[in-house]
Amino acid sequence: MVSEKDVQHIAELADVGISSGELGTFTHQFNEILEYFDQLDAVKGDAAAIKDLYNVMREDEIEPSLPQEEVLRNAPAQEDGFIRAPRVM
Amino acid sequence: MSGTSIRFEPDDTFNAFLTVCKRPTHTGGKLAGVAVAVKDNISTRGIETTCASRILKGYVPPYDAHVVELLRKSGAAIAGKTNMDEFGMGTTTENSAFGPTLNPCDTGRVPGGSSGGSAAAIASGMVRMALGTDTGGSIRCPAAFCGITGLKPSYGRVSRYGLIAYANSLEQVGPMGRTVSDVSTLMQVIAGYDRHDSTSLNKPYTHTPHAEIKGLKIGIPEEYFGEGVDPKVAASVKIAIGRLEELGATTVPCSIPSMEYALAAYYVTCTCEASSNLARFDGVRYGPAADTKKPWHEAYQEVRRAGFGTEVRRRIMLGTFALSSGYYGKYYAKAQVARENVRKDFQRIFADVDVIAGPTMPTIAFRLCEKSDPLSMYLADILTVPANLAGIPAISVPCGKADGMPVGLQIMGRHFEDERVIDVAYAYEQAVI
Amino acid sequence: METDVIVGLEVHCQLDTKSKLFCGCSTDYRSDGPNTHVCPICLGLPGAMPVLNKRSIEYAMRVAKALNCTVLHESEFSRKNYFYPDLDKAYQITQYDKPLAEGGYLEIEGDEGGEKRIRLTRIHVEEDPGRLVHMGNAERGKYSLVDYNRAGIPLIEIVSEPDMRSPKEARKFLNKLRATLEYLSVFDSDKEGSLRVDANISIKGSERVEVKNITSYKGVEKALTFEITRQKNVLRRGQKVDRETRHFLEARGVTQSARSKEQEHDYRYFPEPDLRPLHVRSWVEGIVLPELPDARRERFMAQYGCSLNHARTLTGELKLANFFEKVVVSDPKGLSMLAATWIADTLIGELNFRDMELDPVDPESFTGLVRLLKAGTITDKSGVEVLRVMLDQRLKQETPETPAGIVARLNLAKTKGDTGAITTAIEEAINENQKALEDYRAGKAGALNFLVGQVMKKTRGRADPGELNRMLAEALQKREA
Repeated sequence: MVSEKDVQHIAELADVGISSGELGTFTHQFNEILEYFDQLDAVKGDAAAIKDLYNVMREDEIEPSLPQEEVLRNAPAQEDGFIRAPRVM
Repeated sequence: MSGTSIRFEPDDTFNAFLTVCKRPTHTGGKLAGVAVAVKDNISTRGIETTCASRILKGYVPPYDAHVVELLRKSGAAIAGKTNMDEFGMGTTTENSAFGPTLNPCDTGRVPGGSSGGSAAAIASGMVRMALGTDTGGSIRCPAAFCGITGLKPSYGRVSRYGLIAYANSLEQVGPMGRTVSDVSTLMQVIAGYDRHDSTSLNKPYTHTPHAEIKGLKIGIPEEYFGEGVDPKVAASVKIAIGRLEELGATTVPCSIPSMEYALAAYYVTCTCEASSNLARFDGVRYGPAADTKKPWHEAYQEVRRAGFGTEVRRRIMLGTFALSSGYYGKYYAKAQVARENVRKDFQRIFADVDVIAGPTMPTIAFRLCEKSDPLSMYLADILTVPANLAGIPAISVPCGKADGMPVGLQIMGRHFEDERVIDVAYAYEQAVI
Repeated sequence: METDVIVGLEVHCQLDTKSKLFCGCSTDYRSDGPNTHVCPICLGLPGAMPVLNKRSIEYAMRVAKALNCTVLHESEFSRKNYFYPDLDKAYQITQYDKPLAEGGYLEIEGDEGGEKRIRLTRIHVEEDPGRLVHMGNAERGKYSLVDYNRAGIPLIEIVSEPDMRSPKEARKFLNKLRATLEYLSVFDSDKEGSLRVDANISIKGSERVEVKNITSYKGVEKALTFEITRQKNVLRRGQKVDRETRHFLEARGVTQSARSKEQEHDYRYFPEPDLRPLHVRSWVEGIVLPELPDARRERFMAQYGCSLNHARTLTGELKLANFFEKVVVSDPKGLSMLAATWIADTLIGELNFRDMELDPVDPESFTGLVRLLKAGTITDKSGVEVLRVMLDQRLKQETPETPAGIVARLNLAKTKGDTGAITTAIEEAINENQKALEDYRAGKAGALNFLVGQVMKKTRGRADPGELNRMLAEALQKREA
C-alpha cells in the first residue's frame, strides 16, 4: 500500500510531476496495480535466464560524427555551439 | 534523395496517419514503388517522429532507423508515420496525444494498439504494408481487431536501432500487411543482423510462404480458452483450428502454468525499462523547450508533466517505484524469474508440438472509451505477452468474425522459427480465401 | 603521522582509445568546438543504441592484471539513473553488481618507510558524461551550457579500500596509479581532465565524508589536508562530523557541503538491456604486461646503479624514465650516475619552475650537457646556467644551441690553469673580509666556505670549487704565518 505522499515522492523522483487534482485517483489506481504485481511474490526459483549471447563488441574505429548543426537542430535553445539548459544550482 | 516519386494523398478519415508524405521518393528493388507506412516510434531522417507524444512534437531525427534504411534500400516509398498509443503504452491507440485512430471496420470502435494507426492504414486500403512494433501485443492486437495480418518476429531477428525504446528486452519491430505474403515480403526486407544493435542476431529471413502443414502438431493451451476469453471469439478460433486439422495438422492439448504470473512479469519489466528509457525527455536537446531560466529540477518537471500523457506518467511512476531502493528484488528480479519460467514452459511444450494456436485477443475490439480503468486495460494483453516474455515469434491472422467484428487467430512458434509460423498462417489464409 | 585518519579513493581515468566507449565518435575532442564529436548514440537521441568498444575492455583488463585483481567470470553493464543536464540519457551506463574485476592492490612508499600495500576493492568501466559550463549572473538569470563532446568517453574506475592514512599516502597512491596506467599505455595524463578523484575521509570512530570534484594531483593532497583539519576541528568542538558529500573548490583550497538534492540519490540500478554480458576472464592469460614502474625501478638500480630515491623519481613518470634511458644509452656506465642526479635533482625542478613539459627537451642535448659536466669542463653552477638557457630556448621556441655552444658563447668554461686571476681574487677576498680571516683563525667552521663564495662571485663561478678550497686554505695558512 502506498500513500498519496508516497505517490507524490515517486512523481518527484521520476520528475514527471502530478497535480493535486490527480493525486487521489492516481494513488488508488497505483495501489490496485501494485496489488496485482504482488502476485510475483509467489514465483518460485531464483535463476534468471541463462543468457546465450556474450561478448558483443566492436573494433576501436573512428566513424564520422554528426555535423554540429545536426546536433543543435532539434535543441530549442543554444548559444555559440553549446546547448542551453536550465541552471544547475 | 534521387529516384522517382509516387503520389500519396489518402483520405484519412480514421486518423491513421500523424504525418503523410505526399510525394515519397523511391528507388528500385524488391519493394520498388510500394507505399509503406511506418509507425511513429521508428526514427525517420528528416520526417517528424513523435511517438504520438507532445514531448516529441517537432522532433526531426537526424538519422534513419536501421529498418527504415533497409526499406529505402529495397525501393519502398515511405508513405508516412502512423498513429499509436503514446510511446507504445496502450492497447487501443486512445492514448495518443493527437487523437485516437478509428477502426475502419467500425468507427465507433478502437483499432487496437499500440500500432493502431498502421493497422487502420492497411485495413482501410490506404497502404498494403506497414511497420509496427510489438512489446506486449502491439502488432498482433491491432491486426486482430482490424482484420489484417501482423507478425511479432523472434527477439533479435529485426534490428531495434532507431526504434524509440519503450521496453528494450521485450520489443521488436515487425511487419503488418493485408495478407500473409505481404507480411512475409516485408519481413524479408527488415530482418537480419545490424551491427548497431548489440541484441541483434545474424538470422536473415529469405522465406516464401508454403501452405503445406501435413503432419504439423499444434498445441492448444487451456489458458487461451479459459473464462477470460469471450465465448464467441473462442468459437471463431476453434473453427479456424479445425480448418488446420482438415489440412493435415493434429492438435494436442497443453498447459502453460506460468501464465498465471505472465502479465505481472510483463508489466513490471516494461514499466521499469520504460521509466529509464523515458527519463531523457526533458526539453533540452529536443522537444518542447524547457524554461532555461528556471532551476533544472523545476524546469524538467514542468516539461514532463505537460508533455507526457496520463498513462505514460503512470507507467513511468510504476517503473520508478519498482526499481527504487529496496524493491528491485521484489519486482524486477522476480519478474525475470517469472519470465524464465514462461520460457521454460514454452520449451517444454515445443518438445512435443511444433506451434501453439489460440486467440490473439480475449475479445473483439472495444468501443471507444470503453476501457477507462488501467488495470482492466492491462488484462487485455494476457494472451499476447507470453510470446514477448519468451522472445518467440507470434503472428495474428484474421479468422472470421464475432458480432460483426474481426477475430484474430494467433500462431506462436519456437524461437527463430518465424518461417514455420508464417507457413501455418499462410496455410489457413489460403484455405479460407 | 596521523594514525587515526582513514582515506579511500575512487579514481576515474579516461582510457586512451581512438573512439568512444559505445560509439565511433573520435575521442580527440579537446581542440575542437563544442558538440562536434557527437552522434545519435552519445547524444542519447531516442532510438540510438550502444555498442561496446572492445579496446576499452582490453585496456581495462591490462590494468586489472597489472594491479593483481581477479577478473570476474561474468560481468555486465548496468544503468545508473539520475537527472542532470550533462547526462543526456538521464542514465549513465556503468557497472554495478558485476564489475570487470575485484580485489587487487597497489604498493606505495609508506609514510613510515618501506613498501605499503593499498588494497583495491574493484575496477570497472563506465562512460563519461558531457561537460557543463555555468553562465549568466544573478540579474540576467543563471543558466548552463552543455557540450556533449565528452559524453561517452570510456572511463576506468578504480576503487581503493580505505587503507591510506594521510594525504601524503593518498598522493603517492595516485602518482603510482597514474604511472602504472601510463606504463600500460592505456592512459594519457597530459590530457586535461583525464583523471578525476573522489575521496572518502574519516577520523577513526567518526562518520565518513565524501569529497568530490578533485581534478588535480596536488588537489588531492590539498583537499584531504583541509578536510582532515576541518573534521578534527569539529570533533575538538565536541560536535559530530556529519556523513555527507562535499565538493572541493580548488581555487580556494576548501571543501564545501554539497546541496542536499545531490546527496540522496536513488540510482535504481538495473542491468543494461541493450548490452550483452561479458565472459572475458579467459583473456587474462594472454595479456602480456610491459615492464611496470616497480620492475623498472629495480632495473634502474641494478643496471644503472641509481640510488633508490633517484630510481623512484625517474621511474615515477613514464616519459621521465624513457628520457633518462635515452640520455645514457650511448654510455650507460659513464653517464648514469651524473645523469640520474641532474635529471632527478635539477631538471625536474627547473621544468616545474617554468611550468614546462618534458617533451620539448631533447635527450641528446641533455647528454651533451652531462658529458661536459663529467669531463669537468664546467662547474656545477655553470651547468645549471647552461641548462636554464637550454630550457628557456626550447620554451620560447628559439633556435636551440648545443650545450657546448652555450658554454663557449657565455664563456663558462672552467678556468683551469688560469690561477693568476684566481690568486688575485683570493687575495682580494681575504683583504676585503678581515672578519672572515679572524673567524678562520678562531676555527669557525663557516669562514672558509664564506670566502670560497666570495671568490666564486669574483670569478663568476668559473673557478673549480674543489681547487678553490685548496688554494684558499693555503692562502689563509700563509696569512697566519
